[in-house]
Amino acid sequence: MSDGGALALKTTCTTCPYCGVGCGVLATPKPDGTVEIAGDPAHGANLGRLCVKGSALGETVGLEDRLLYPIVRAFNTAQISSPPPCGEGLGEGVVRLDELAAANAATPSPRLAELGTDSMSVPSSQSPSPQGGEELVRASWDIALQTIAEGFKKTIAEHGPDSVAFYVSGQLLTEDYYVANKLMKGYIGSANIDTNSRLCMSSAVAGHKRAFGEDLVPGCYEDFEEADLVVLVGSNTAWCHPVLFQRLVAAKKARPEMQIVVIDPRHTATCELADLHLPLAPGSDVRLFNGLLAWLHEHGVMDAEFVEAHTEGADKTVAVALQTGGSLAHVAKACKLSEEKLRQFYALWARTEKVVTAFSQGVNQSSSGTDKVNAIINCHLYTGRIGKPGATPFSITGQPNAMGGREVGGLANMLAAHLDIGNAEHRALVQDFWQSPVIADQQGLKAVDLFEAIHSGTVKAVWIMATNPVVSLPDADRVKEALLKCPLVVVSEVMARTDTADLAHVLLPALAWGEKDGSVTNSDRRISRQRAFLPAPGEAKADWWALAEVGKRMGFVQGFDYRSAHEIFVEHAALTAERNDTSQSKALPRQLNLRGLIGLNAEQYDTLQPLQWPVLQALGSAPAATASRLFTDGRYAHADGKARLLPLLPRDPANKINDDWPLVLNTGRVRDHWHTMTRTGKSPKLADHSAEPFVEIHPQDAMGWGVQNDRLARVVTQWGSCVVRVRATSSVARRQLFVPIHWSGTTASDARVGSLVNPVVDPISGEPEFKHTPARIEPFFVQWYGFVLSRQPLNETTLRTLPHLAWWTRVQGSQFIRTEFAGRGEPADWGTWAHQLLGASSDDLDWLDTRDASEGLYRGALIEGERLSACVFLSPRPEDLPARRWLSGLFAQDALSDLDRMSLLAGQAATPGVDAGPTICSCFGIGRNPIAAAIREGCATPEALGAKLKCGTNCGSCVPELRQLIALVKAERS
Amino acid sequence: MKPRLILVGNGMAGVRTLEELLKRAPGQYDITVFGEEPHGNYNRIQLSPVLAGEKTIAQIITHAPEWYAANGIKLLIGDAVVSIDREAKTVTSAKGVTAAYDVLLLATGSKPFVLPVPGKELPGVIAFRDIADVDTMLSASRTYTHAVVIGGGLLGLEAANGLAKRGMTVSVVHLMDSLMERQLDKPAAALLQRSLESRGLRFLLPAATAELLGTERVEAVRFKDGREVPADLVVMAAGIIPNAALAKASGLECERGIVVDDALRTSDPSIYAVGECAQHRKICYGLVAPLWDQAIVCAEHLAAVSTAIYEGSVVSTKLKVTGIDLFSAGNFQGGEGSEELVFRDPKRGIYKKLVVREGRLDGAVLVGDTRDGGWYYELIQQKAHVGHWRNKLVFGRSFCEPEAQAA
Repeated sequence: MSDGGALALKTTCTTCPYCGVGCGVLATPKPDGTVEIAGDPAHGANLGRLCVKGSALGETVGLEDRLLYPIVRAFNTAQISSPPPCGEGLGEGVVRLDELAAANAATPSPRLAELGTDSMSVPSSQSPSPQGGEELVRASWDIALQTIAEGFKKTIAEHGPDSVAFYVSGQLLTEDYYVANKLMKGYIGSANIDTNSRLCMSSAVAGHKRAFGEDLVPGCYEDFEEADLVVLVGSNTAWCHPVLFQRLVAAKKARPEMQIVVIDPRHTATCELADLHLPLAPGSDVRLFNGLLAWLHEHGVMDAEFVEAHTEGADKTVAVALQTGGSLAHVAKACKLSEEKLRQFYALWARTEKVVTAFSQGVNQSSSGTDKVNAIINCHLYTGRIGKPGATPFSITGQPNAMGGREVGGLANMLAAHLDIGNAEHRALVQDFWQSPVIADQQGLKAVDLFEAIHSGTVKAVWIMATNPVVSLPDADRVKEALLKCPLVVVSEVMARTDTADLAHVLLPALAWGEKDGSVTNSDRRISRQRAFLPAPGEAKADWWALAEVGKRMGFVQGFDYRSAHEIFVEHAALTAERNDTSQSKALPRQLNLRGLIGLNAEQYDTLQPLQWPVLQALGSAPAATASRLFTDGRYAHADGKARLLPLLPRDPANKINDDWPLVLNTGRVRDHWHTMTRTGKSPKLADHSAEPFVEIHPQDAMGWGVQNDRLARVVTQWGSCVVRVRATSSVARRQLFVPIHWSGTTASDARVGSLVNPVVDPISGEPEFKHTPARIEPFFVQWYGFVLSRQPLNETTLRTLPHLAWWTRVQGSQFIRTEFAGRGEPADWGTWAHQLLGASSDDLDWLDTRDASEGLYRGALIEGERLSACVFLSPRPEDLPARRWLSGLFAQDALSDLDRMSLLAGQAATPGVDAGPTICSCFGIGRNPIAAAIREGCATPEALGAKLKCGTNCGSCVPELRQLIALVKAERS
Repeated sequence: MKPRLILVGNGMAGVRTLEELLKRAPGQYDITVFGEEPHGNYNRIQLSPVLAGEKTIAQIITHAPEWYAANGIKLLIGDAVVSIDREAKTVTSAKGVTAAYDVLLLATGSKPFVLPVPGKELPGVIAFRDIADVDTMLSASRTYTHAVVIGGGLLGLEAANGLAKRGMTVSVVHLMDSLMERQLDKPAAALLQRSLESRGLRFLLPAATAELLGTERVEAVRFKDGREVPADLVVMAAGIIPNAALAKASGLECERGIVVDDALRTSDPSIYAVGECAQHRKICYGLVAPLWDQAIVCAEHLAAVSTAIYEGSVVSTKLKVTGIDLFSAGNFQGGEGSEELVFRDPKRGIYKKLVVREGRLDGAVLVGDTRDGGWYYELIQQKAHVGHWRNKLVFGRSFCEPEAQAA
């Protein structure tokens, strides 16, 4: 730790931890504890741009609610059969929860000091203790690691290596992933390591392997800019990969003749840029692309020379395509598209040489995801539109390091370094390289199966790292059940409380973004360094360190003696290069080859510039030999060097809609949130755009099913249900529902959409079908609505047990937490009830309130000192509740003026100003109403709005929404 | 010769009626005024600030003798009318003056209610009604320490406040369990009591006075439950009684007060009555606003310019006790068929209650923040629908008015 102060501010080049675009970030910690964030102009992925989530990273590095010490459930330490060989015994090692505040206060870190004693760094006592009510106690690392090592050893000894598992994450760094994979596959001897990348990218992996012989993304981001046609399939790029989208926007602006087609059942923000939108029926992608292939064949659009020289399987593939997609009318009907639009798309694709077909979760998260990927690749191979500038199929990755995880083999069906688990020669290569005692020789359990095996008791010990499966997996209630039954659950986490961490027996404090150090790989094979610019808080440690320590304590001393991420990285690089030189005998060639990085010294690793693999030449040797495109020579990774076209029979989604379950539930991201919100949930700037879980439904369906816009509804499937706010919008088609994935049990009473998703998977990739679950919707009856803004979070137990509360959700604001709720029935006295809700018990409170008993209205506020501490508003009609925005501003004041105090319960300024409405531009905090007003005053383009209000001029994420608003206001006026 | 108008009672109600009459029909009558007190007309409501030392007597005189002269009014002060001869249409004063009238206007006001307890005649036991009472209190405050005010109504609290400001230790005794029960609901009264306690006043309630003790002068008050408090000065402020004795003696129809019709006319068509002495539709008013309403209607009839009808007044009270603003208006007690909107900010001593009946504002109590009292009072009088403001009404005009303008 440097002693800051007098030193000049140091800027660190690092990489954004959100989506797979993998943008370079410049982070500058300020003396006041804040961090200034800017896009890195030198980074090839973003060239200085950042999206709204990236821009708000500075708001997410605070230590509030962080897990800072290892935690062990007391009973579990007692179960350790043998005493710890080193370090202190249980007696000294265990610290009671109530001693922790003092321990916190004594910690020297300035970021810790900021926290004060209010913020517990451990699961607070309000935390439910579902693992049997045993006490959570702080433990030393020694105790915690020993508990894990003993637990795993004992389980393996009694039940074999396949009775244990790791469930890891695309949020891990490549180095963490590498060590996890090595420990499981080379030392424990099982392949039971799977990752949340299974949920997002495994269909792409499987599709790539089938077509190319290796998991390879052939293109690079520049292809998007050089293409004459970009087809975005199942990708709301505008919201989920905003910087890549902005590159596309800029390219189209420069070359308006460039065509963009969006294929998505929903009319997303991405469609605002599209020349053509095909709202295909959910799951009908294979038929659509078989139809395209048939069209190409029938119109003679084929690169016969390329097909002949570099591919296999074209004839059979085309035959099946003709059979299943030969009739345009039939395809149009099956895909629920107009023949006109379909013909337009096919003709456009056929006549455009430079075409990029990019795909994301809409393709992957399907029971026929792998086939969808190959259906797309088939068309590119058939026309030879691959390995060329502006022509490629392109998988847009969801997570910052899903690619890195794939490179080190962090999936149950891979070995390491793009080597196959089923290939004895590959296994021998890896085992020899590692000098490991064993090597897994068959595939392990993929995510959904893994948790099913935990449920059935086959797997008895699991270590979950950097992911929240109780929220994110399909049939998530069953996942929760599984973990509750599991004898040993280890969770490495950054946050003290997550739905998954609540079920852990051992909790390990992990490093967060800004603290951890290593490398990641983005969607276009670009390896970038994530660098630490903040000190490790509390006792948080790198995941690779914890894994290596457990490895050593399990007796594998020789394989895990790492001192730094650098050492791990060069080992990984060496493995990719092992027997990977085609000029040598016994070569097992793979495209993934980091031969040029083997010799990196620590300093070179520290200063490593972003570069795309393969990296065959050592750094510094001219010219910088990194390839931006693969397959330029037409050689693929299959043994014969040829790519494969695959004949594909279209399959409907696994579970079909019927009279009982007449709607299709689709799930996905919103613009300003990430995964289960453990990071974005900390940023007030991001929270405002979508503050509540919601369901989008077509207005006519809403009417038909008796649910009302802005009221609550229950979405039900055969697997679970959630209660969310209704958004009636024609951006979803009839008979479809869309619910975002981000809300968890810690942020809402009943909005874990994972619990609704059918646990069916693609038979090849094992990726769940998140985009298609038969569902129904019904009104959720409540009698009143309300919200609380409070400096401290409301007690979760209170939220779950207070009479009359039926539903709640909460979100971080600037210096406050906003809790929205609704309920039924009436307490004897609303004032008493409100006191209970806020946990305000003393008689001598500075509490003001107003009530209209016969209307059921109640408003109250608690003042502490001169500051607003909390306010509560209740009404039978949600539209009668005041705008949260003005109230939010009061939390920034150290002392409320008399005027504000008077206006507080009115929920508006005494001189009512214009309410800005919901936030559209998060970067500048510009609301809907001023933007609409500016449009009415003549701003007809996003640029004009930007010039007037600044909205959309930073990250540009909101530009599609600005366009929509312009169209809407124009429509209103005409 | 002009018709002769005699006003009996040189107080606020009577003189306001003359003013209204002069506006409408200057010089129509030959006017004579009899006044019992030896002053011009003064604002009785302002006696409290005089007692508290915030104002002087001169500052509260509203009509000096010059005003009467300038308007051709004959003023006889320090002389009370003691009888009316309705046959002869004359009045006779204590000093023996007899004057004839064509029209007689009675504005005899009210008298303090003196508790019928032993010791009520003792020196040091007074009421709080006129300038003489204020003089008595001021001199007592210079000599004595302990004051007891009997009556926790508006008048009693103002007396208590004034005496406390003059340095006396003041206890307020009230028969009811809540102060100002006619103007405030219980929460408001409790808030007021807490505020006054924090400023040094003591309260004994509910407490029924049994006896005033003392020999040469009052020394203590004894209650029915046996408790006693020392008292060098006892101010009886337990209410007022309409002063209808003169009218009753002359055979006019009287109940609690002098019964008047909607033209403020008594049972004798030549005789009118206004102010606290009058009883209109069973109600005797004790506040100032109804006087103004009555003065206008009465003047219309006296000037014979219209047949305006007095329909009674919506009562509002706005006052300040030791810096605490209070306001009440209309049927603020609520009850069956009414709905209440309540705002409380105890730390700042603010309490507001609005009573809504059938979508209209029907009553209001405000403590601590009365700036919207006038507006609420208007809404009550106008019987305006307030449904569209319901969520904001309690926060006052500045929150509702933009919508009012838009509507």
